[in-house]
Amino acid sequence: MKTEILGVVAMYAVTILMAIPFGKYIAKVYAGEKTLLDSVFNPLENLFFRISGIDRKAEMNWKQHMAALLTVNFVWFLLGMFVLMNQDWLPLNPDGNPGQTADLAFNISISFVVNCNLQHYSGESGVSYLSQLFLMFLQFVSAATGMAAAVILFIALKERTAEKLGNFYNLMVISCTRILLPASILVASILAFNGTPMTFEGKDSIVTMQGDTVAVSTGPVAAFVAIKHLGTNGGGFYGTNSAHPLENPNYLTNMVEMFSQMIIPLAMIFALGFFLKRKKMAWMIFGVMTLGFLVLCVPTITWEVQGNPAIAHMGVDMGSGAMEGKETRFGSAASGFWSIATTVISTGSVNAMHDSTMPLSGMMQLLAMMTNAFYGGCGVGILNFFIFIILAVFISGLMVGRTPEFLGKKIEGREMKIAMIVALLHPLMILAGTALAAAFPEITSANLNNPGFHGFSEMLYEYTSSAANNGSGFEGLGDNNPWWNITTGFVLILSRFIPIIGPVAIAGLLANKKYIPESAGTLRTDSATFGMMVMAVIIIITALSFFPSLTLGPIAEYFSMR
Amino acid sequence: MTTNIFPAIKLTIVTLIFFGVVYPAMIWAIAQLAPNNGQGKVINADGKKYYANVGQKFTEDKFFWSRPSAVEYNAAGSGGSNKGPSNPEYLAIVQARIDTFLVHNPGIDKKDIPVELVTASGSGLDPDISLKAAWVQVKRIAAVRKASEDKIIELVNANTEKPLAGMFGPGKVNVLSLNLALEKL
Repeated sequence: MKTEILGVVAMYAVTILMAIPFGKYIAKVYAGEKTLLDSVFNPLENLFFRISGIDRKAEMNWKQHMAALLTVNFVWFLLGMFVLMNQDWLPLNPDGNPGQTADLAFNISISFVVNCNLQHYSGESGVSYLSQLFLMFLQFVSAATGMAAAVILFIALKERTAEKLGNFYNLMVISCTRILLPASILVASILAFNGTPMTFEGKDSIVTMQGDTVAVSTGPVAAFVAIKHLGTNGGGFYGTNSAHPLENPNYLTNMVEMFSQMIIPLAMIFALGFFLKRKKMAWMIFGVMTLGFLVLCVPTITWEVQGNPAIAHMGVDMGSGAMEGKETRFGSAASGFWSIATTVISTGSVNAMHDSTMPLSGMMQLLAMMTNAFYGGCGVGILNFFIFIILAVFISGLMVGRTPEFLGKKIEGREMKIAMIVALLHPLMILAGTALAAAFPEITSANLNNPGFHGFSEMLYEYTSSAANNGSGFEGLGDNNPWWNITTGFVLILSRFIPIIGPVAIAGLLANKKYIPESAGTLRTDSATFGMMVMAVIIIITALSFFPSLTLGPIAEYFSMR
Repeated sequence: MTTNIFPAIKLTIVTLIFFGVVYPAMIWAIAQLAPNNGQGKVINADGKKYYANVGQKFTEDKFFWSRPSAVEYNAAGSGGSNKGPSNPEYLAIVQARIDTFLVHNPGIDKKDIPVELVTASGSGLDPDISLKAAWVQVKRIAAVRKASEDKIIELVNANTEKPLAGMFGPGKVNVLSLNLALEKL
C-alpha cells in the first residue's frame, strides 16, 4: 500500500511542478509572443486561415466572439450527426458496426461537441473507426473552444478599457496547434510504446489457453487516448475507458494519462497569472482550487483503500481495498485519486467503475462535479471559477460597505444578474433532470442496475455528469434509449454554452467600463482572505443546492450499510 | 450567423483533415517503431498468439485463476459489473465466489483470500492478479500438478512484476505469463 500512496503523491506533485512552466508557455502563445516552434506553426496556421478565408488579425467584440463560437460548434454538431448515423456504409468500418439511431447520434454528437463525452455506446461495437477519428477531431476543437473562451476573458481583464478582444478563430486554432497537438504527439507516442494499439485493422481473434475463442478489439487507440486526456474530454476508445488494459496498459501509462488530464487546467491558472501579470491572483485561485480538490480527494482515497464493509463482514482479506470495478495494476489508491481528479476536472474518463465505489466516494465524485470549479475543464474551469469570484466580490463588497470592484472595474447589476443565472443554472439542470427521471419510474426504473438508494444515485450522477459536461457515469445505468439520450442532450447544450456565454459577457461588459485605479480603499482580490471568501461562496451555493439530493442517494446508502 | 457560416465550414474542413487524418497518420507512423508495430503487445507460445495485456479466463484448477469478469474475458467488448457496494444480489454473488474458492482450495483459510479474487475488475479483462492472490493458489496448483510448493512459489516470484521503478503503484503478477511458465514446468 505504501508504494500505491507514493505513486499518487508523485503523480500529483509532478503535475503541479510542470504546470508552472507550461502555464508560462500558454501565456506566451496567447499573448502572441515568440515561442520555440513558431517556424512550424505559423505557416501551418496561415494555410488554414487562407483556405478558410479568415483574417486572423480581425479583432472581435464579445458578441462577435460568441456568434463565431456558436456557428462553428453548430457546424460540428451537424457533421457529427451525419457521420454517426451513416457510419455503417461510410469507409473505415472493418467490424461492420451499424449506424446509430437518431436519438443516440444526437446525444453523442452534442456530448463530443460540448467536451462532455457522455458515451451512451461502447466503443468496440457502437462506432466505426471513421466515427472514432471524427470524434477525436471533436476532442481537439471542443477543448480549444473552451480554451479560446477563457482567453477572451483573459484579454478582457487585461485591457484597461477595450472593445476588441482578439479573434476567436485564431485563438481556437492556436490552442489546437500550439498547445494540444505537440502534447498529444508526445503522449500518444508514450502510449504506443507501452502497448496501446495504433492500427486500422479490425477485431482480432485468438484462442485462449483454456481453449475459448475470443475476439480482441484494437484500432487507432493511442492517438485517441492522448487527446481525450489533454483536452479534458474523457471519451474512451473502448467501453470501459482507461480501465481497459489496451487503453491504459500499465502504471506508467496511468501516471501519464493522469498527468495529461490535469496539466492544462492547472497550467491555465498560472497562464492567467502570467498573462495578466498578476501572479498572486493565480496563486489565490490555485490555492482555493487545490484546497477544494484535497478535501474531496483525500477522504475518497481513504474509503477506497479501506474497502467495502459489507464484504469485510464475509471475512476475506481486505488488504487491497475496494476492488470491485478496479484493476490490479492500478490498485485502489490510484483509482480513488483518479475518480476525483476526473470529476473535478471535466474529463470524465475512468480507470475504475464509479458505480462500484463506496457510497461516500460516490458522493465526493458527485460533489466534485456539482461545484465544477476546482481546476475544471480546459478553459471552462477558469470561466466557472470566475463566476464565483464575481459573486464573492459582490458579497464581500456589501459586507464591508465598499463598491464591488474587480481588477479596477465596477461590478454592477447587469453583471450580477448574469452571474446569478449561470450559478443557478447548474443546480436547476441537475435537480430538475433527476426529479423528472424520478417522477416517471415506469420509464426510468427499468434502466437502473442497482436497487434502492444506489439506483437513485445512478440517475443523479447521470444528470450531474451531463450538467458538469463531465462524461463519466454510474455506468450501470442503461442509458442508450430515447429518454436518457434526449433529456441529457438538452442538459448538455444548456450547461455548456450558457456557462461560456455568461462569463464572457460579463468580461466583455467589464472591458467596456472605465478603469478605476486601485487605491487603499480597493478590496484586494488576490489575498488569502479573499480566497477564503470565494471558498465560502462555493461551499454555501453547493451545499444549499445539493445537500437534499445527496441525502437521498449516497448518504442514505452509507447509513444503510453500517 | 451569415458572416460566420462559410468561414466556419471551411475551417472545419481543413482542421478536420489535419486533426482527423494527418495527426493519426503521424501517430500511426511513430507506432510502426513500437513493439509489434503498434498492434498491442503479443506473446507467441506453442504456435499460439496471445495478447500480453488482455486478460484471459482461467477457471481450471491446474491454472492460476484470474479475477472474476463481467464480460467473461471476451475482449470483443469490455465491462465491469457496475454493481453498487450495498446491492444484496451482488453481495450474494461475492459470497458464492468465496464458497467456490474454498471448495476448490482445501486447506485455505477464508481470511487469506484477497478481496480482488472474489470481485470483478473494471474492464473485465484484467490481465493481472496481486501477489497475495497468486500465493493463496499455490497450495492448489502444487497438489493438482503434483509439484512441490517451493517450486511453484519460485515460479510466482520469477513472474512477479515489481512496482514502477520499485516505488510507485502496486506489485502484480501477469496471470497469462505465470500460467505459460507453469505449463513449461
